[in-house]
Amino acid sequence: MYFKSITLAGSMALLSSAAFAGCGISGGNVSILSNDFAAINAVTAAAAECAGDGVEVTINATSEHRDLQVAALSANPAQYSSAVISNGSIVPLLNEGLVRSLDDLVAKHGSSLNPNQLITMDGEIMAIAFMANAQHLFYRSDILEQAGVDVPSTYEDVLNAAEAIRDQGIMEYPVALNTKTGWNLGEEFVNMYMGTGAAMFNPGTAEVAINNDHGVATLNMLKALTEYSDPDFLTFDSNATAALWEAGNLAMATLWGSRGAPILDDEGSTEAITSATVLAAAPTWGGGSTPASTLWWDGFTIAKNVSDADAEATFIAMINGISTDMVKANNDLAPWLIEGYVPDATAAGVAATAAGGANPYPMLPFMGTLHGALGGELSDFLQGNESAEQALADVEAAYTTAAKEKGFLN
Amino acid sequence: MRHRAFFWFILPSLTAMILLIALPIVSVFVQSLYVEHEQILKVTKNCTPFGCKEETTVDFEATQALTKEAPLGKFNGFDTYANRSHLAFYEVKTAWRTADGLQSFFSNLMNLPFYKALAFTLSYTFIVTPFVIVLGLAIALGVNALPKVIKGPTIFVSLLPMIVTPLIGSLILFWMIDAKGIIGATLQIIFDDPDLSLKASPALTWITLFVYGIWHSAPFSFIVFYAGLQTVPEETLEAAMIDGASRWQRVRYVVVPYIAPLVTFILLMQLMDNFRVFEPIVGFSAQANATSLSWIIYNDLRGQDIQLFGSAAATSMLTILGVAVLLTPVLIRTWQQFNRKVV
Repeated sequence: MYFKSITLAGSMALLSSAAFAGCGISGGNVSILSNDFAAINAVTAAAAECAGDGVEVTINATSEHRDLQVAALSANPAQYSSAVISNGSIVPLLNEGLVRSLDDLVAKHGSSLNPNQLITMDGEIMAIAFMANAQHLFYRSDILEQAGVDVPSTYEDVLNAAEAIRDQGIMEYPVALNTKTGWNLGEEFVNMYMGTGAAMFNPGTAEVAINNDHGVATLNMLKALTEYSDPDFLTFDSNATAALWEAGNLAMATLWGSRGAPILDDEGSTEAITSATVLAAAPTWGGGSTPASTLWWDGFTIAKNVSDADAEATFIAMINGISTDMVKANNDLAPWLIEGYVPDATAAGVAATAAGGANPYPMLPFMGTLHGALGGELSDFLQGNESAEQALADVEAAYTTAAKEKGFLN
Repeated sequence: MRHRAFFWFILPSLTAMILLIALPIVSVFVQSLYVEHEQILKVTKNCTPFGCKEETTVDFEATQALTKEAPLGKFNGFDTYANRSHLAFYEVKTAWRTADGLQSFFSNLMNLPFYKALAFTLSYTFIVTPFVIVLGLAIALGVNALPKVIKGPTIFVSLLPMIVTPLIGSLILFWMIDAKGIIGATLQIIFDDPDLSLKASPALTWITLFVYGIWHSAPFSFIVFYAGLQTVPEETLEAAMIDGASRWQRVRYVVVPYIAPLVTFILLMQLMDNFRVFEPIVGFSAQANATSLSWIIYNDLRGQDIQLFGSAAATSMLTILGVAVLLTPVLIRTWQQFNRKVV
């Protein structure tokens, strides 16, 4: 865990210009809980520039943030005045009523925000988004050329291209997805299922609706793809697939857009690999027109259980964190949603996926429960130990058991 | 008076045990009897950077009112223990009725998360424990026979697997057994099979975890046995040598009977530790092929955005029960031995 505290004295020494200090905040405590990757760290670092003149800024950037946030914000006063979240991780905070409405603060201090940055629930602004993310296709143009295949736009094309690459002996395992048992594998199912255009739940209820032909087709497509993946595919998380890509072991992969910048930079890989790496939209499949991916946004919330003064100080600091100046200095780290962002190659895949009409990841209160059930129950099928129908029945049973315990189903 | 002195002697540790062990277990048990209140849902219009949509959300105020009335949640009795994530009585009964033959019954049983985890947990416990005891004794005898000069360094090196944090140790090995890692690649050459992967097949994953478990725990039994060996009386050993006993006979008939009580001690510790196997599963990313009871508890609490406290509590109680069942025969034996000595 990475914990830094910037106090008055420390910040004065750190900042090159004292003109930023305070950001016009009269005083207060700003403490931020966030995930730990480059784009988010750039935001929180810019927010920390507001330290000084009686304003203290502390940041806890950790990949365990999802496990901390509910307990930390339930305390009164809350342990953190702001939680940086995504459309997946905001749901537990909303379910427990731990974040405050930002209507007043946006009216007072939010003139620099784009209207599409405002996350509104039932008319109330509950979060401010600052970047987008999605899983999409990464491909190696040199290998596809060598194999004599076109750039794939559907997963069926991906399978054909993979077969051609294998046939010609270029690579035995040219494909990878983030298929590690657990959250990652659940996400791949959700993405692929979204490509069918079918709903995951019966409308207006918490009853799951994936145990059908769409679900079976989704599983079969995932299995067909993993047959072109290294046999270790059930251990592949985002770090593992990115490393495989940088090592030049893959020709096509579905990776997170936020991995684009680290893969395309000049570290960890060779010029030959990075120059041939192209980021493209998530493929469609099965004759559908919706890209098989989910759109994600990252944003910040303000805790309910903090004083109004601290909430205001935190909001101003976070607005400073997502300023146009920050974007100009960190343009290539993410597809920012902020005014002044200039899209470049690292954002091409996410932009194309969004333009193709991909659906956002559902912000349903019981989505996390289904995601957990999917992650736990699908590996038996992908290993060939059970049928697709049995795997889906298992998912449904596991989801129903957990949803009953959480009070979503009776 | 003796009783009173005894009471005052154990009072500090008794207090600590009640506060830090007994009360938490009671609270976990109480929690396992409850599930969360019904979540009252409503449909709202939500807007994100990707457009506006009518979506189901939790009506926080209405749900909060229910929680205020009964903060523990809804009483569920032992239903959590009986549901599909735990003992799965209904599913087991159905599997028994519909199965044609024992094999299909067991394959249906292994489809249930609790039994799948129990199968691995028990296999791990009963395979790793004897190996750890035998291997630890062998190392201890070997080290004991070494000349003094190299004894110290050898003991230190032999203890390393136990000194390395389990999670770090398993992560390092996880990278080494990768198809491109030093162990994985070597095995591929030895077996002349370029597709050999220790991470992919269930059987090989289990074996990897067993080997890791033995590697990690053997130093513990080694150091206990080594300490025991220092107390074996020289006279008896010398007498056996004069009688013409070979090295093997001396070990078999003098050393082993002398340090037998230590075997019971190590057996107790290892049964308890191995039944709670957890870190190697995370370290080796082995959850696709091998899960344990402790891993299920972790997964309920940390595997997703939401926490299933009741479910985790029920699995915890079942784990405690499992440890108790495993230890009972060993404890009964120890008690009988103890009584014999007193008489």
